[in-house]
Amino acid sequence: MDFANLLIQLLNSLQYGLLLFMLAAGLTLIFGIMGVVNLAHGSFYMLGAYLAWFLVGQFNSLVVAIVLGTMLAVVFGWLLEWLLFRHFYKRDHLDQVLLTFGLIYIFEEMRSILWGDDVHSVPVPEMLNWSIPLTDNLSYPVYRLVMSGVCVALALGLYLLISKTRLGMKIRAGAFNREMTESLGINIRLIHGVVFALGVALAAIAGMIAAPISSVYPGMGSSVLIMCFVVVVIGGIGSVRGALVAALLVGLVDTFGKVLVPQIAGMAVYMLMALVLLYKPEGLFKQ
Amino acid sequence: MSAPTAQLERLPRSIQFILWLGAIALAAFPLIPLDGGGFYLQMLSQMMILAIFAMSLDLLQGVTGLVSLGHAAYFGLAGYALAFLTPADAPISLWWSLPVSVLGAALAALVIGFFVVRTHGIYFIMVTMAFAQMVFFLFFDNKVLGGSDGIYINFRPDASLFGWTGIDLENKTTFYYFTLLLLVLVYAFLRRLLFSPFGRVLAGIRVNEHRMRAVGYGTFGHKLAAFTLAGALAGVAGFLWAAQTGFMNPELMGFHMSAHAIMMVILGGMGNFAGAIVGAFAFEYVMHFFKDLTKHWQLLMGSFIVLVVVFAPRGLLGLVERFSKKRETAP
Repeated sequence: MDFANLLIQLLNSLQYGLLLFMLAAGLTLIFGIMGVVNLAHGSFYMLGAYLAWFLVGQFNSLVVAIVLGTMLAVVFGWLLEWLLFRHFYKRDHLDQVLLTFGLIYIFEEMRSILWGDDVHSVPVPEMLNWSIPLTDNLSYPVYRLVMSGVCVALALGLYLLISKTRLGMKIRAGAFNREMTESLGINIRLIHGVVFALGVALAAIAGMIAAPISSVYPGMGSSVLIMCFVVVVIGGIGSVRGALVAALLVGLVDTFGKVLVPQIAGMAVYMLMALVLLYKPEGLFKQ
Repeated sequence: MSAPTAQLERLPRSIQFILWLGAIALAAFPLIPLDGGGFYLQMLSQMMILAIFAMSLDLLQGVTGLVSLGHAAYFGLAGYALAFLTPADAPISLWWSLPVSVLGAALAALVIGFFVVRTHGIYFIMVTMAFAQMVFFLFFDNKVLGGSDGIYINFRPDASLFGWTGIDLENKTTFYYFTLLLLVLVYAFLRRLLFSPFGRVLAGIRVNEHRMRAVGYGTFGHKLAAFTLAGALAGVAGFLWAAQTGFMNPELMGFHMSAHAIMMVILGGMGNFAGAIVGAFAFEYVMHFFKDLTKHWQLLMGSFIVLVVVFAPRGLLGLVERFSKKRETAP
């Protein structure tokens, strides 16, 4: 593999890893702070992708679609938390698994009723639809770079929100000791709503920005969900930093697995997970 | 992870009565002449097979408190084992293909169990799922193993013994009774196991693993044994499934299949194996019912699942028990 090719694969793995991080961060935040196992997280990714397709069709602009779509996702997440999830914080994990599995069915069918079962594609925005030439016959699409940039910006924003702001302080306090935080007069119910909506929004944004490079199709959430689980397990459940490291690692192993040993590409990531768990049964960054 | 709610280990009379009634109805069903073409016979066979599968999971989920979201892997592995063992032009003997397939599933469960049993609660759920995905992709990506299209089994296993051909599994009714026999055997075995010293340790692990370790039990070994045994019994179900349908594909070891098993166990009621049987029949019936009703059956199925979790956390048997208790205490 020559240098240009290696660079392309590295950029691809970085982009995939960052996308996985956006999803895994939401999943692990919701688990770490509310203790909810959310199998329906992949559905939010699917929702984002379909929203992007639908809104680009209406407004003919990906940026408008992303802004509107994010707002819709936040409202949707908030409603869902208020209607269903808040009743399940103290329930068994098993009940949460079941609840969210039932939700997968419901979301999948709602998607089918609203938008049909066809495979769609979302065009790359005109402005970003060009490539940076690396050698005579290799080039790298700008959209993928911008996508990685957006992910990095959002990851930074998330970090600042959680570690530097007053709201972030309350979130951390709530995750540490719910009763104590509540008795200090902090509205935990509100915090939970915010965190859940944030998680849903992150997953939906991931779906929206990924839509132009991967097509939009039924059931697209489930494969992504399983990858997210792997990331969260490798990183250590509840740890956002662990999710970042693990997502980049998974991106590398998956991308280079496909290039170097395509026969076992589907399994490579799971082998990595098994290896990590053999040495660290609770993930790399157990809190 | 908190211990699952009340277990209903010792079955009240009302539930035992229901079980006996069900067993008699199942045994009598093929005698009813209404079922032209054997459609319901096949459907009931499948339900019984899934009931075995659900019981095998209940050993982990309800008894030991380990929720496996990858149990379908062992179901699928045994089914695939039968597919590979059966030659293209002749049936294979039941008497060694069944043990070999089941042992294969058990061996896989032993190896994977070694990794997963060390983890707890939510990790266990996710890790079992991830390993099952690994198995899924092994078969999905490899043309040699049938790939995403799956693999056909042209002949059901041959059950003749020393020239005696009394059991012909190609016959639908015979296969039905063979499945029923295995269902009853597995149930009896698991019920016996539940109240054996081994089963008591497993139940103790569910309630409080730290205490069991403090008392001096090697919980790792016990959990691994339970995981392996559950894998083997899931293998029995997978073998029967492959023999009945004559077809295996990777979806049968996927995420959805594993989640179905969990839902069957919850729907019926956990930790007593009777619930798993009831749950498997009820779940399959409801799914068929919704599929006949509308194209949008997933919406109904999803809502049904959500309603069950919200309103019947102890499953159908829990409801029966509550109802019968009320009647007994009434003046």
